[in-house]
Amino acid sequence: MNRTHRGAGGGRGLGTMEVKSKFGAEFRRFSLERSKPGKFEEFYGLLQHVHKIPNVDVLVGYIDIHGDLLPINNDDNYHKAVSTANPLLRIFIQRKEDADYSAFGTATMTRKKNVLSNVLRPDNHRKKPHIVISMPQDFRPVSSIIDVDILPETHRRVRLYKYGTDKPLGFYIRDGSSVRVTPHGLEKVPGIFISRLVPGGLAQSTGLLAVNDEVLEVNGIEVSGKSLDQVTDMMIANSRNLIITVRPANQRNNIVRNSRTSGSSSQSTDTSLPGYALPIVQNFHPEEDDDTDEDDIIIEDNGEPQQIPKAVPTSESLESLTQIELMHESPQNGFVSSNEVNLCNSTGNINMDYEIHDPNKKPLEDGTIITL
Amino acid sequence: MRRFLRPGHDPVRERLKRDLFQFNKCQLVTLLDDNSLHLWSLKQRSGASELQEEQRFTLRGPPGSPPSATQITVVLSHSSQEVLYLGTESGSVFVVELPSFRVLEDRTITSEAVLQRVPEEYRNRRSFELVEALREHPSNPNQILIGYSRGLIVLWDLRNHRVSHHFLSSQQLENLFWQKDGHQIISCHYDGSYTQWPVSNDNRQPEPLESKVPYGPFPCKAISKIYWLTTKKGLPYIIFQGGMPRASYGDRHSISVIHGSQQTAFDFTSRVIDFFVICNADPAAECDDPSAMVVLAEEELVVIDLKSAGWPVIHPPYLASLHCSAITCSHHVSNIPLKLWERVISAGSKQNSHYSNMPWPIDGGTNLAPDAPQRDLLLTGHEDGTVRFWDASGVCLRLLYKLSTVKVFLTDADPNDNMNSLGEDEWPPLRKVGTFDPYSDDPRLGIQKIYLCKYSGYLTVAGTAGQVLVMELNDEESEHVVDHAEADLLQDQEGYKWKGHERLKTRDEPVRFEPGFQPFVLVQCQPPAVVTSLALHSEWKLMAFGTSHGFGLFDHQQKRLVFVKCTLHPSDQLALEGPLSRVKSLKKSLRQSFRRIRRSRVSNRKQRAGGGNTTEVQEANSRFDQDALQEMELAPVQRKIEARSAEDSFTGFVRTLYFADTFLRDSTRHCPSLWAGTNGGTVYAFCLRVPPAERRTDELVRAEQAKEIQLMHRAPVVGILVLDGRGTPLPEPLEVAHDLSKSPDMQGSHQLLVVSEEQFKVFTLPKVSSKLKLKLTALEGCRVRKVTVTNFGSCKSDDYSENDLAILTNLGDIQIISLPFLKLQIRYPCIRKEDVSGIASCVFTKYGQGFYLISPSEFERFSLSTKWLVEPRCVVDTPEITRNNYLHNKSGVEKAPRKSRDSARSSGDPGEDERKSGRLMEHALLNDEKVLKEIQSTLEGGRGSYGERNSRRIHVGRGLSNGGAE
Repeated sequence: MNRTHRGAGGGRGLGTMEVKSKFGAEFRRFSLERSKPGKFEEFYGLLQHVHKIPNVDVLVGYIDIHGDLLPINNDDNYHKAVSTANPLLRIFIQRKEDADYSAFGTATMTRKKNVLSNVLRPDNHRKKPHIVISMPQDFRPVSSIIDVDILPETHRRVRLYKYGTDKPLGFYIRDGSSVRVTPHGLEKVPGIFISRLVPGGLAQSTGLLAVNDEVLEVNGIEVSGKSLDQVTDMMIANSRNLIITVRPANQRNNIVRNSRTSGSSSQSTDTSLPGYALPIVQNFHPEEDDDTDEDDIIIEDNGEPQQIPKAVPTSESLESLTQIELMHESPQNGFVSSNEVNLCNSTGNINMDYEIHDPNKKPLEDGTIITL
Repeated sequence: MRRFLRPGHDPVRERLKRDLFQFNKCQLVTLLDDNSLHLWSLKQRSGASELQEEQRFTLRGPPGSPPSATQITVVLSHSSQEVLYLGTESGSVFVVELPSFRVLEDRTITSEAVLQRVPEEYRNRRSFELVEALREHPSNPNQILIGYSRGLIVLWDLRNHRVSHHFLSSQQLENLFWQKDGHQIISCHYDGSYTQWPVSNDNRQPEPLESKVPYGPFPCKAISKIYWLTTKKGLPYIIFQGGMPRASYGDRHSISVIHGSQQTAFDFTSRVIDFFVICNADPAAECDDPSAMVVLAEEELVVIDLKSAGWPVIHPPYLASLHCSAITCSHHVSNIPLKLWERVISAGSKQNSHYSNMPWPIDGGTNLAPDAPQRDLLLTGHEDGTVRFWDASGVCLRLLYKLSTVKVFLTDADPNDNMNSLGEDEWPPLRKVGTFDPYSDDPRLGIQKIYLCKYSGYLTVAGTAGQVLVMELNDEESEHVVDHAEADLLQDQEGYKWKGHERLKTRDEPVRFEPGFQPFVLVQCQPPAVVTSLALHSEWKLMAFGTSHGFGLFDHQQKRLVFVKCTLHPSDQLALEGPLSRVKSLKKSLRQSFRRIRRSRVSNRKQRAGGGNTTEVQEANSRFDQDALQEMELAPVQRKIEARSAEDSFTGFVRTLYFADTFLRDSTRHCPSLWAGTNGGTVYAFCLRVPPAERRTDELVRAEQAKEIQLMHRAPVVGILVLDGRGTPLPEPLEVAHDLSKSPDMQGSHQLLVVSEEQFKVFTLPKVSSKLKLKLTALEGCRVRKVTVTNFGSCKSDDYSENDLAILTNLGDIQIISLPFLKLQIRYPCIRKEDVSGIASCVFTKYGQGFYLISPSEFERFSLSTKWLVEPRCVVDTPEITRNNYLHNKSGVEKAPRKSRDSARSSGDPGEDERKSGRLMEHALLNDEKVLKEIQSTLEGGRGSYGERNSRRIHVGRGLSNGGAE
C-alpha cells in the first residue's frame, strides 16, 4: 500500500476487462476499461449500483493472482487489482457490520519483496515510504491465540500462519519430562518442549511461544505418548497452518480469565486495538481448516503453473459450478475462529506485544506446574 | 533315525541362545548365557507339534561359594533319561534329576573325591580345574568319563561312586570321545594334538597308545572336538574340529575328515558352533559307519555326504543361507505361471550339479502345512551382484535359481581366486564349503532394484553404479555381446561434477551365459548414481529407470533410449557428490570434533602447568571450559520445525516410476503414459506413443511431457497409481492378455492416486483436480515407508475380493487403507520402530502377505489376509527310542562352546530382542481374543457397505526364518 502502482495508466491489457463481483450469494458481471479504471470512489459506487445496495456500507476485496483475498479501499490497491487481474477481476463484497476482517490477507510474497527492495535500493530512499496505519483489514494475521474459552487457564493454543510468509517458523523442540497429577499421585512423565526460538522467526516474532513451553497438542492431537520424531513430523506436516497447544513455562504472562466473561475479557496482545470488535469465539475443530494445502500446483503441457482445483462432486449439477469454482478462489485459511489475533502490518512487521499485568490478580505461583 | 525337532533348527537362533541340545524323549535341555537350564518338550497341540518350555533351573552353590563354583561348563544327559550331569568351573560335577531339576547332592562328584585316587604328585598342582568334558560309556551306563581342563581324565564308576581309571595327559584338554566298543578313548588338546588311550580292567592308569598332531610340526590351534568312527572295512573316520597350523591357517574355521589316505579340511566361512556325525542307527551294529556330517556354522547349516566319493555337500531343503552375500533389496512376484516356474527351476537345477544325491539325512517330522495355493517367487538382490530366486510359496524358502550380473562387467576380482582350485599337494587340504560369503568384490555391483514380468519372462535388474540390465529367460546356453546404451541424465545441466564412484567397466567381447536369465542390453546412467526406481512394461517393451538426478525411458525392443528427464534442482549439490564424498564429510566433522576435545584437554594441562597466584583462576577457568564443553555435548537432542522448501537436498531423487494406460490429455482417448515421483513432492507425467505391434520394430516410441504436479507439502512421492472407472487399480501389463484380470474400465473417468510419505491424494484425470485426501503424518506423526496395492480375497466366497492399500510406516506399523475412498481400515504394530533395517527390507505381496528381515539371515513372514495363510505346522512322532541307539548316535555329551559363548555375549547380539518384539504382534493378535474381537468390530464398523468382512481379519503367520520353523 505504500507503493505507487506503476503501469496503471499505461495499461498492459487492451480493451476491456471482465469483473465478476459477488455479494452474499449473488454474482454480478460487468466490464471495465482496463486502461481507465478510474478512482476507487467511482468503483465503489459502481459496485453498490450493480448489486443494488446503494446505502449499505461494504468492504471490498479481490482475489489476487496468488489466491489471496486482498482489500480494495483506496486508489492504489484498486489500480493494483485492476492491473493484475488476469483474465478477470474477482470481487468480494461484505457488509461492513458483519465483515470478518481476518478473512483478508494471508498476504503475498511479492508485497514483502517489494518492501525490501524499496529499502535496499538507494534511489527509492528519496521517496520516504509513508507509513499508513491502515484499517485492521489491511493487516494479515501471522498468529493468534484461540480457544481461550475451552482450555484450562494454564494452557495456550497458538496458531501460526506460515502460509504466505517466507519467514521461517523458526523453532526447535526437544524431549523432556514434566510432572502430572495422576490417580497414583504426582508422576514424572515424558513431554515435548520448545527448546529454541530462532531470532526473527515466526515463532519468536509472535511472542506467544517461549523456550521451555511444553507442547501438549499439535493441530488438536495430543502428543503424549509420541516420540520427538513423531511430533516433529506432525508439526512439519502441519507447518502451513500449525496450531500448537502449549503450557507456557512462564505462567505469569498467561491469560487469566474471569469466569463470568469467558472468552471476551481476555487480556492479551491486541485487545488494546480500539474499536476492534472481537469476533465470536468459535471452538477449534481440526477438520474445519482442512484446506490449507489445496494449493498443489499443476503444469500442463509445459504451460503456466496453476493451482489444482477441487474436484466437482459428481452429484452436483452444472448449475452449482459457479459455486464450486469459488471454492478454490476463497482464501486458504478461511475464516479464522480466533478471539485474539496477532497482526502484522504489511509494511513491516510491527509486533504488538504487550505484557499486561492486572494489579488485582496475583501472578500464578512459580515452581512446578501441575496439569490437571 | 536322527531327529531334529522341526524341519530345521535355525543356526542363528541356536547361536544366540548357546543351547546345549539333549535329545531325550523329545525333550531338550538348553543352557543359556546366564547359567540357567531350560527343559523343553515337544507336545502335540491341536494336531501340530509345539516346543514348550516345561521347567527352568539355575544351579546354586552353598552360601558363600564363588559364582564359578556353579558356572556350568558342560552338560551330560545320562542315557537313563533321569539325570543330568553338570560339569562346572569349580571342577565339581553336579547331578540333577529330570524333569524336576532337583539336585541330588549325595551324588555330586567333587574334585576332592576324584583327587583321592590320583597319584600324589599330580594332586597338588591340579586342584580346582574346570570340567571340560563328560562322556558316558557307550554300553555301560554306570561309567562316565570326566575330563578336566589341565589334562586329567578320570573314569568314574557311578555305582561305587569312585574313580576306576585315570589317564594323565600332559596337555590341556579340549574334549573327549569314546569309541563305540568302549575299549578306547580319544582325547583332543589345546596344542592341536589328539591322543588315544586304551581302556581295560588290567591297567587303571594306562599310558597313551598314540599321540598325534595332525597339522604339525609347527604350533597348531586347539582341536576342540573329535570323533573316531569305525567302519566295516576297517579304516576309521577321524573327524575333528580345528587343529590348523596357528601361524598360517589359524584364522580358518575348519573341520577335518581323515579316512585312510583321504583327508580334507572343510573350510567354513563362519565360525563353527558345533557338529555331529550321522552314523548307522542300528543299535546292534558293530561299526559306526558314518554317512553324513552335520555342521552348524555361525551363519549356516552345512551337511556333508561322507559316503559318496569326494564328500560332496548335500543341498539343504531348508535353512538356505539367505545372506550369503548381504541382501540389498527384494522383490516379490505372486502367482507365477507354471511355465515360467518350470523354466526357472530347470535353470536352477543345472546349477546344483555339484551337490550330493544323498537324501537329506535329517528327519524333522511331517509337514502338515497344506500345499501352497499358488507359486510365489521372492527375488533377493545381493551386494555381490547376484539375484537369488526363492520359492516363497510355502513354509520354507527354497533357493530355486541364482543369477549373477557380474559377468557383464570387468571387475578386479579374479574369478579363480579363492575357489576350490587348490592343487593336489596343498597342505593342509582345505576345501571351502558353505555358501556364506559376505565379502563383496566390488560394492558397485550391488543390486538395488529388481522387476520381473512373470508373463513374458523379462527381468530387469538395476545396481549401485547406475547400471540397468534387461534380461530374457533363455533355456539354452548363449554366448553374446551385451549391448550398451548410455543415459546422460544431466544433459541440459551445466557445471555439475559427479564426485561419486565411477561406472563399472563393461566387457566388449562376447560373454558366455548359462541357461536362465541372460542380459541382452545394459543401460548405464550417467552420472553412475544408485538406481532408485525401476519399472518395466513388457507389453510395450519399455523400461523406465530413475536415479537421484533424473529418470529415463528405454525401448528394449529397439534398444534405444526414448528420453531422459533431469529432475535435479539447481541448488541440490549433494546429489552430485555421490555417496563417497558424504562419507568424507562425515569423517571430517568427526575429526574436527575430536580435535576440539583434544585441544581443550591440552589447554587445560597447560594452564595447570602455570604456577603462581593465577593457578586458581586458571583452574576455575578450565573447569568452566570443561563444563561448557560437557554441556555442549550433553545438549539434548532437538529437532528443527521448519516447512520443507524446494531448496532442500535430494529433491530430484526419483522415488517411484509407474506405467499406465490412461486418460492423460483428454477424456476421450487414453494413451500409454509414464509417471515419475520425486523426493521433492513432484509428479511428472509423460504421454507415450507406442507404435502398434506390427510396426513396433520400425517406428520410434515417442514421449512428451504432459503434466507436472507439485505437491505443496513437498513430501517424497512413494507411490503413484491410476484407478479405473470402477475405482480399481489398473492391472499389471499383460495381465489382461493372459486372462488373469478383468480389463480395466475405460468408460468412467480415471483417477490418479499419489502417495507421498505424508499424505494420500486422489486427483481426477485427465483434468487434474483434487478429489480426496488422507493426511497421515499430520494426524499421527508417522510416515509412509512402503506402499502396495493388496488384494484381499474372502475365505468364504471365491469370487469376492477387494483392493486396498497396504502401507508400512516409519514406526513399523502396518495400516490398511481402502480404495478408492482412502479410509483407514486397520492399523497394527508389526516391526519395532528402532529396527530400521527390518522396516527398510519389508516387501508386501499382492495378496496381503509380507516379508521383512528380522536379522540379516532371516525373513519373517506375516499375513494380513485370512485367505493366504502360510503357517508352519508339523508333527513329530515320538517313537520309543531305544536307549543305546539314542545314546550312541545322538549326543552323549555336547560341550558348551565356552569361549564362543563369551565372545557372543560381549558382542551383545540384538537379534534376540528383535525377535521378541516380532512375537509380540503374534501374541497380541492370535492369543488375545479381545484384540481379535476388537479388530473385527473395527472392520465391521468401518466397512458397513461391504458384505464380506471375515476376509479382513488379521492373521499373523508364525515367525519363520528362512524356512526354519520357530
